[in-house]
Amino acid sequence: MTTLNITRQIDARGMPCPGPLMSLIGAIREGQVGDVIEVLSSDTGSRTDIPAWLAKAGHELVEVAEEDGFTRFVVRKAR
Amino acid sequence: MPARVAVLGGGVGGTLVANLLDKALGREARVSVIDPTGMHHYQPGYLYVALGQANGRWLVRDERSLLRRDVDLIIDRAIRIHPEAGTVQLERGASVEWDYLVIATGARLMHDRIPGLVEGAFGFYSLEDAQRLREELRRFRGGRILVGIGGIPYKCPPAPVEFVFMLEEYLRKCGVRDRSSVTLLSPLNRAFTIESASKVIQPILEQRGIELTTFFNVEQVDPSAHTVTSIEGEKAEYDLLVLVPPHQGQSVVTDSDLGDPGGWLPTDRLTLQVKDRERMFAMGDGTDLPISKSGSTAHFEAPVVASRIASLVRGGAPKTNYGGRVMCFLETGNRKATALRFDYEHPPTPPKPSTIWHAAKWMFNRVYWETVPQGRIPEAPRRRRGGNR
Amino acid sequence: MSAQITRTLDLKGLSCPLPIVKTAQAIRKLQSGDLIEALATDPGSVPDFEAWCTTTGNELVEQSEADDVFRFVIRKK
Repeated sequence: MTTLNITRQIDARGMPCPGPLMSLIGAIREGQVGDVIEVLSSDTGSRTDIPAWLAKAGHELVEVAEEDGFTRFVVRKAR
Repeated sequence: MPARVAVLGGGVGGTLVANLLDKALGREARVSVIDPTGMHHYQPGYLYVALGQANGRWLVRDERSLLRRDVDLIIDRAIRIHPEAGTVQLERGASVEWDYLVIATGARLMHDRIPGLVEGAFGFYSLEDAQRLREELRRFRGGRILVGIGGIPYKCPPAPVEFVFMLEEYLRKCGVRDRSSVTLLSPLNRAFTIESASKVIQPILEQRGIELTTFFNVEQVDPSAHTVTSIEGEKAEYDLLVLVPPHQGQSVVTDSDLGDPGGWLPTDRLTLQVKDRERMFAMGDGTDLPISKSGSTAHFEAPVVASRIASLVRGGAPKTNYGGRVMCFLETGNRKATALRFDYEHPPTPPKPSTIWHAAKWMFNRVYWETVPQGRIPEAPRRRRGGNR
Repeated sequence: MSAQITRTLDLKGLSCPLPIVKTAQAIRKLQSGDLIEALATDPGSVPDFEAWCTTTGNELVEQSEADDVFRFVIRKK
């Protein structure tokens, strides 16, 4: 378990629209390079969607953790 | 002495919460709405204006006509909120005191934040943009149309999808469809935010010959080269470009040091209180909640805010929570629509697009002015298959 | 009427209700008693300005038409 300074936390559990990935993209756009963003998602699709976008957009997936009923993603804005 | 409640913003959220508070508290409270123009817009209508289906006249009414008699309306802009002092400073100099504050200031459009957008792109997220786009579409004789997203978050995630469906129909009616292409540039790896809805939408896009480009988040526009570039490093060419502009919270929030980097208010998802501020509430498009920025969200939040403030005024413990309820229509063209209904506990199960939902959307459009801002639509949740509230 | 006009809005070419929407935005910054002049080409602006002035209490001081341009002079309440 990494202990990182989280710049921004997004609890998108139970919020399918605009959804965890969309909210993450917004946080990346609004943030600074180096920002660490934590996203909580209860949407199982996020497990593939979020890493797919991060790879295409060139940002770092720092951590993925399965919790009770949701997934926690920790992402760093890399560029 | 009546409790003083100030509501910033006279949109659907602010108007409804003010009316509900006045209804609930009567002489126990003095409710004031502070709005910069005193004009209330029915924003879902902009889409119809852009496509020549409605006159803008229908979309704008005086806020005064929507408020109950004892609710004050102050036409001025709030420029600074002082939480400790319990005041809000107005642009023309007055200071309004409050015991409880509801911030329903919505989102502002930041066209300038995407280089080249102002010169190169059209839009439909304001009355002016919608009218300008209408004029451009009237002149359109064929070509490549791209519809994309200039920033996240943005109001009404269904709108760009509805627009491409209705646009495709419009082009057919004008006889230029065979000389045109329509492409939806989606920020995600599918057409729409909600996966179950996207599964319903994507086959219809295909049937209509509407192209889909995925993972395309607009970064800039080159108006002379007629290209649009994404943050993912791709470029696309257009003859006509329609973009959702970037959104930000209102300046009063940022100037009062209350907002996050996007100017959105940190808000509790259940109580709708502004973080660490017991007497301040936030609702509608201006919150930082990763929930739909839609009129329906504000509509369902309003009774919760009104109920919580009423409890506080009476010295009781607030009990009502916001359950995340949202209800949006999604027009798919050809007189059909689907409905997106969900809350924190229940994911959406969008029905196959039908004429019933299209009729329901049109009915809502027509009755809005007489029902929604005044709180005349009953709050009882409908019972749905798969669960109840 | 020789009082000075504080602000003139060129709203020519804008369709209703945009002329009154923009006037409402601009008038907010004026002082009580100031005069604002609005020039519009949409004929619908005539009933729009009359109705808006009645509802808001701003005074429609002058209204005229020349060369297809409608001119409204409004005194802020």
